Amino acid sequence: MRIECPICGSRDRREFYYLGAEDYLDRPSPTGDADKDAEAMHRYLHLRENPCGPTKDLWHHEAGCSAWLLVTRDTASHEIIAVELASTRKTAGAKS
Amino acid sequence: MVKLHAETPWSDDLPIREGKCQLDAVDLGPIWSIAPYRKAEKGVSAALSKALKLALPAPGKSISTGEATLLWSGREQYFLIGAHPPKLKAAVTDQSDAWCSVRLSGAAAIDVLARLCPLDADVLAEGDVARSLIGHMQAVIWRDGDAFNLMVFRGFARTLIHEMHGVMISLAAQDEIPQ
Repeated sequence: MRIECPICGSRDRREFYYLGAEDYLDRPSPTGDADKDAEAMHRYLHLRENPCGPTKDLWHHEAGCSAWLLVTRDTASHEIIAVELASTRKTAGAKS
Repeated sequence: MVKLHAETPWSDDLPIREGKCQLDAVDLGPIWSIAPYRKAEKGVSAALSKALKLALPAPGKSISTGEATLLWSGREQYFLIGAHPPKLKAAVTDQSDAWCSVRLSGAAAIDVLARLCPLDADVLAEGDVARSLIGHMQAVIWRDGDAFNLMVFRGFARTLIHEMHGVMISLAAQDEIPQ
């Protein structure tokens, strides 16, 4: 498996560290309502989709340039569909 | 006054020669890490060009004046080797004692890296730099003619030699097997 790092180019999977779903980019801000905040934080930390098909998750180019990457990949075919820098994410998150 | 003198990370382990491959110690001199502040890259590049005739290289590239070298060393991070940086709008840290460097040369150098490194080092052109792994160590790999400069954290110096020497012995032994 290879990931096309926008900075380094195509690299082996061994150079990358997997964090988890894109949801980690959308940390909820406190609203002041304790119940709502707890529910939002619970969703942020624990509730995940488990799609068969395209999904977006965060990878760290740990042994390379150290960039956080947002990788769109297909869980059914294992195809890597798109890779972008998490710092310049263009698409809004699913839950934001 | 007590005068301390620096020990190399290698003791007497280098140089090593096995078959068509040689591993030599490299003393890079001072190493400075330069991480430009947000949106300050152009200013930092201009200041370095003025002071040292070295502009910030593109990702995966290096630039050298002979005495001093500026390497790309990660996202928005550069290593200045062999010179002291001027005042810059950047996080500048002295990394001189944090890294060690070896030079891998000879016809079999590429084969040694092929066994230890997930990167296809053959795609690197003269002066190209890559961050990748050697064994399980994070490394800076930097092409210098037919040879490769390899940098890892200084604490890994003996591990680096151990891993590379094992591969060099193995490749040299394979060369001696009659066809």
